[in-house]
Amino acid sequence: MTQAAAETRSVVVEREFPHPPEKLWRALTQPHLMEEWLMKNDFKPAVGHRFNLHGEWGGVLDCEVLAIEPNRSLSYTWNFTHEDAAFDLRSVVTFTLTPTSTGTHLRMEQAGFRPDQKQAFGGAKHGWQQNLEKLDQVAARAD
Amino acid sequence: MTDTHDVLFRTLADPTRRAIFERLCREGEQTVGALTARAGVSQPAVSKHLGILKEAGLVRDRHAGRQTHYSAQPGALAPLVDWTSRMAGFWQSRFDDLEDLLKRMDQ
Repeated sequence: MTQAAAETRSVVVEREFPHPPEKLWRALTQPHLMEEWLMKNDFKPAVGHRFNLHGEWGGVLDCEVLAIEPNRSLSYTWNFTHEDAAFDLRSVVTFTLTPTSTGTHLRMEQAGFRPDQKQAFGGAKHGWQQNLEKLDQVAARAD
Repeated sequence: MTDTHDVLFRTLADPTRRAIFERLCREGEQTVGALTARAGVSQPAVSKHLGILKEAGLVRDRHAGRQTHYSAQPGALAPLVDWTSRMAGFWQSRFDDLEDLLKRMDQ
């Protein structure tokens, strides 16, 4: 799931969804739907559009749309500015949708800068904490 | 090494304290009394350890009547894990929520 390379490090998370790509695309690109599974945002599907993702923890991610291919792929920067270099993150998130016989294969790759750069490491410490809380909620619902 | 790392390592270096934290991670929320019964040290000592764990963000307390319940905050360990592992967990959880959303969109 995680890959370490000489130049960059990236995270890949993949999952099959029993839904057509068009439906996933809506969830990935319509702000009110993005808010339901990701974060509050002012996203617009336009290359060069700058937007923010607002975490429930109060943190704000700076993003810019880099590439869009409707129903196929979406890429935007995912930058988190933090005074502590350990949490500062410059990265690019790319979603790739591939139709399958039963739905859609969704691949998310988040690529960060070189580990030797000061701002390479870090990231969503609070996001992760919130993420654990979300996991708890998911687990509670599963009960 | 950042200050955050120092605090976490220092806090968990004590075996009794680490055992208390591990028990809370494994077994969920507990009172000081329940923790003392199995810690092998006095209640004031357990309370002191819990205070240090709380300061490091590793436990949270909740007051209910005369009792104080403590629970582990494993998210506090995040700084010890590199960003790729943290984000992998983050995205898995986001995908869980995406899955829920897609089901709701069907209706």
